[in-house]
Amino acid sequence: MRVRVLIPGPLRSYTAESPVVSAEGASLGVLVGDLDQRYPGIRFRIVDEQGAIRRHIKFFVNGVQATNLEPALKDKDEVMIVCALSGG
Amino acid sequence: MAQAKTARERRLTLLVATRKGLWQATSDAARRSWRVSGPQFLGHIVHHCVADPRDGKTWLAAARTGHLGPTIFRSSDRGRIWHEAKQPPAFREGSGRVVDHTFWLTPGHASQPGTWYGGTSPQGLFRSEDGGATWRGVDGFNEHPQRKAWCGGDQDQTPDGAKMHSILVDPRDASHLYIGMSSGGVFESNDAGAGWRPLNRGVRADFLPMPDPEFGHDPHCVRLHPAMPDRLYQQNHCGIYRLDRPSERWEDLSAAMPKSVGAIGFPMVLHPRDPDTLWVFPMDGSSVWPRVSPGGKPAVYRSVNGGKSWQRQTNGLPKSQAWYTVKRQAMTADVLAPLGVYFGTTSGEVWASRDEGRNWKCVAAHLPHIYAVEVA
Repeated sequence: MRVRVLIPGPLRSYTAESPVVSAEGASLGVLVGDLDQRYPGIRFRIVDEQGAIRRHIKFFVNGVQATNLEPALKDKDEVMIVCALSGG
Repeated sequence: MAQAKTARERRLTLLVATRKGLWQATSDAARRSWRVSGPQFLGHIVHHCVADPRDGKTWLAAARTGHLGPTIFRSSDRGRIWHEAKQPPAFREGSGRVVDHTFWLTPGHASQPGTWYGGTSPQGLFRSEDGGATWRGVDGFNEHPQRKAWCGGDQDQTPDGAKMHSILVDPRDASHLYIGMSSGGVFESNDAGAGWRPLNRGVRADFLPMPDPEFGHDPHCVRLHPAMPDRLYQQNHCGIYRLDRPSERWEDLSAAMPKSVGAIGFPMVLHPRDPDTLWVFPMDGSSVWPRVSPGGKPAVYRSVNGGKSWQRQTNGLPKSQAWYTVKRQAMTADVLAPLGVYFGTTSGEVWASRDEGRNWKCVAAHLPHIYAVEVA
């Protein structure tokens, strides 16, 4: 499944500043693993060692928020990674 | 004994790790003038940046951002080019534990180039044997059946999260290690981290109901003397202590500090050539633990007799209305003669003394909240 992935600013150091990349995976979890193969290190910044999405990170699949990495993906889906609004 | 270097032999660089990135302050050969450069990793929370004394060129920085998970950055050319660790410290999958950030970095023994130790929040111990590129948990601690009892639960955490810090390697024996934990106390390993035991006798823990608990203490900073490794000092939540091995009982030095100042602080610095000389930076530990310079009058305290008595060193520091907080990694010394002593404040100032604390000069200001100051 080839998926379009929207990359937030804080992660673009991994994608050579590209805001949109392509990756593959039949589920969100597999997709994140494929992203890490293409852009080493990106997974651990957004998913912890127990496989949970980090506290200030959100994933949206075709505009619907995913609370874990289980949702299935199909060809031409769009995944948006968002850094939650917080800071200071 | 550490070799004294004259001021002409080299310029100094201070690695200033802050809540918003990494800065450097570089001196001239006399340590009179300083130039601030940076930032690197702007926006990253850099808890610690440490230079490797074994090769003089490797620097490691422990970083995360408010949103992104923790990682380690590595440079093999004194900070010009950085690479991210391929496998940062992370707990075992299935353990249920998550590294929030790496808090402390310690280069390994001189006989083990490329070996580093990392201490995390929550308390975890990690080792790299390839210069910080990949990290593995030290199972002897992380998987120890007593670990949970030693570290306590959420209510035992310090406000910024529980920390493993003060990872000390005996220069005579690479297998002999100490760690400090807030909370948890001081622990010792004689087998390169395979086994651990508490080493807290004589240390007060007046926030606990037990009169002399085996663990659960709150060491803020523990130092081992490089030239006399059987001597350790400890700045604790409950005072200042010294331990001369093979004794197992820490000696409480707190009463030697003036009552009006108290014996509470975070950092502690040892003179690398004189085991009897050390510095602390007292902070207000009264009432709700303000952790600022008592009375708004910052002072460094030096002892030249192993903590039996202390001298107040304030020349050059503000005389009033200066409410400094200095964190446990934010005070350090160089190896020159006379010794240079340095500290950074949470209000973004770096102070330097090139004469062992007699005179102080502000060498950087307006930086973000400083977490750590180390000499490179």
